[in-house]
Amino acid sequence: MGPAFYIAGAVAILSTLMVITRFNIMHALLYFIVSLLSIAVIFYLYGAPFMAALEVIVYAGAIMVLIIFFVMMLNLGPQTAGDEARWLTPRIWIGPSILCLVLLAELVYLILQPAGTAGDVITVDPKAVGMSLFGPYILAVELAGMLLMAGIVGAYHLGRQKKKIVHRFLERTSDV
Amino acid sequence: MEAHFWWVIGGVLFVLLNTAAGLIWLERRMLALWQDRYGPNRAGPLGLFIVLADTIKLFFKEDWIPPFSDKVVFVFAPAVVVASVLMSFAVIPFGPNILVADWNIGLLFFLAMSSLGVYSIVLGGWASNNKYALLGAMRGASQMISYEVFMGLALMGVVLLSGSFNLREIVEAQRGMWYIIPQFLGFVIFLIAGVAETHRLPFDIPEAESELVAGFHAEYSGMKFGMFFIGEYLGVTLVSSMIVTLYFGGWLGPAFLPGVIWFVIKTFVFISLFILLRASMPRPRYDQLMEYGWKVLFPLSLLNLLVTAAVKLILTDNLK
Repeated sequence: MGPAFYIAGAVAILSTLMVITRFNIMHALLYFIVSLLSIAVIFYLYGAPFMAALEVIVYAGAIMVLIIFFVMMLNLGPQTAGDEARWLTPRIWIGPSILCLVLLAELVYLILQPAGTAGDVITVDPKAVGMSLFGPYILAVELAGMLLMAGIVGAYHLGRQKKKIVHRFLERTSDV
Repeated sequence: MEAHFWWVIGGVLFVLLNTAAGLIWLERRMLALWQDRYGPNRAGPLGLFIVLADTIKLFFKEDWIPPFSDKVVFVFAPAVVVASVLMSFAVIPFGPNILVADWNIGLLFFLAMSSLGVYSIVLGGWASNNKYALLGAMRGASQMISYEVFMGLALMGVVLLSGSFNLREIVEAQRGMWYIIPQFLGFVIFLIAGVAETHRLPFDIPEAESELVAGFHAEYSGMKFGMFFIGEYLGVTLVSSMIVTLYFGGWLGPAFLPGVIWFVIKTFVFISLFILLRASMPRPRYDQLMEYGWKVLFPLSLLNLLVTAAVKLILTDNLK
């Protein structure tokens, strides 16, 4: 796939390692953004420019911003770095690491298999993505839409409360 | 072809950075004009050297990194806004042959870069470790995330009509009629969302100086502050040129002037509109801004998308 792929892949792996090992949650999130961006580059290289753009817009641009938003609201960061350092003991990470190593071994085994069909890069343009989403996969789209709807209704229910505005001029009660 | 390509990149960068600097002068002169005063008129012809004076002042100020800040993130944040805005310019066709990246995801790339631009506010405010900066950053994050939604939805009307995410093809599709006419509602929503995305007055709530000192960049000084400043002017230029590209026919225009000149003229009209907005509008309260966005602009942009899709469907059915 050429040097571009290997550079992007190396950046992705390195930054993901940094995500796990940083004690300051904000730094971990920054590395996570870098990891997502490098994955977007890999998507682009493999002929999925639409996916690459959505990866940046949705994951790096919206979801990560929300997570950072909550980190700021909860005032985490350097204040909690000590806690994180205490939590990241070998007793915690050794189990997941073994499981990951099993997966890695499996992946290496699969790569070493001779049957390599992944050679040609077929570019999938935005129109093709739309055609397949609203063609064969319409049911999945509808189901995802319903799930999101349920989430919105739930969020509305949780956030709903009688709100009393106490102000000299704005004395009134209303439910939001 | 290769040589031409590098010339385009160099030329675009040169013009953009100079425009952003020149806007310091333009904004102050025009604000003064609309507020019945002179503005900077002493240094050089028409006060043009105020740009030079301002830049030199910024470079000579003490570049202070607060000891209580997160230093790496603090230094990194101002660069993000300039980098992301400059990257967005890669997909904008400035003229028939003046285009850096002819991508079929051009419009999405613009949206992606504008959503990455949020990080500079968020990280700058967080790294400052100052409650005013943090408040500004949180306001900025929620404002920009919300307004991005309607911005994207408003743009989909244009995508429907032109059938492409490629900005060059969108411009070409406007030969018959500029999209300002069929997509007037989309244009208004995009304009409002664009003002909010660049957090310019009246939507400069992340930095509202009368309540938050200076908001997310309260702790910044010297050229780091200058980067936020330049990033804001570049953002204004970017949104203006996007408006021109998407709704006002880009470089299209009567043939007595070359396309790129038309593009520049149209863009400057919208930059002036941004400055006029600053001169004339009061700043809304923060909750008013969010309410306005979600309760007015969001349903309107959905309606715009629905009606556009329906009309397009009816018209193509009739043509068959």
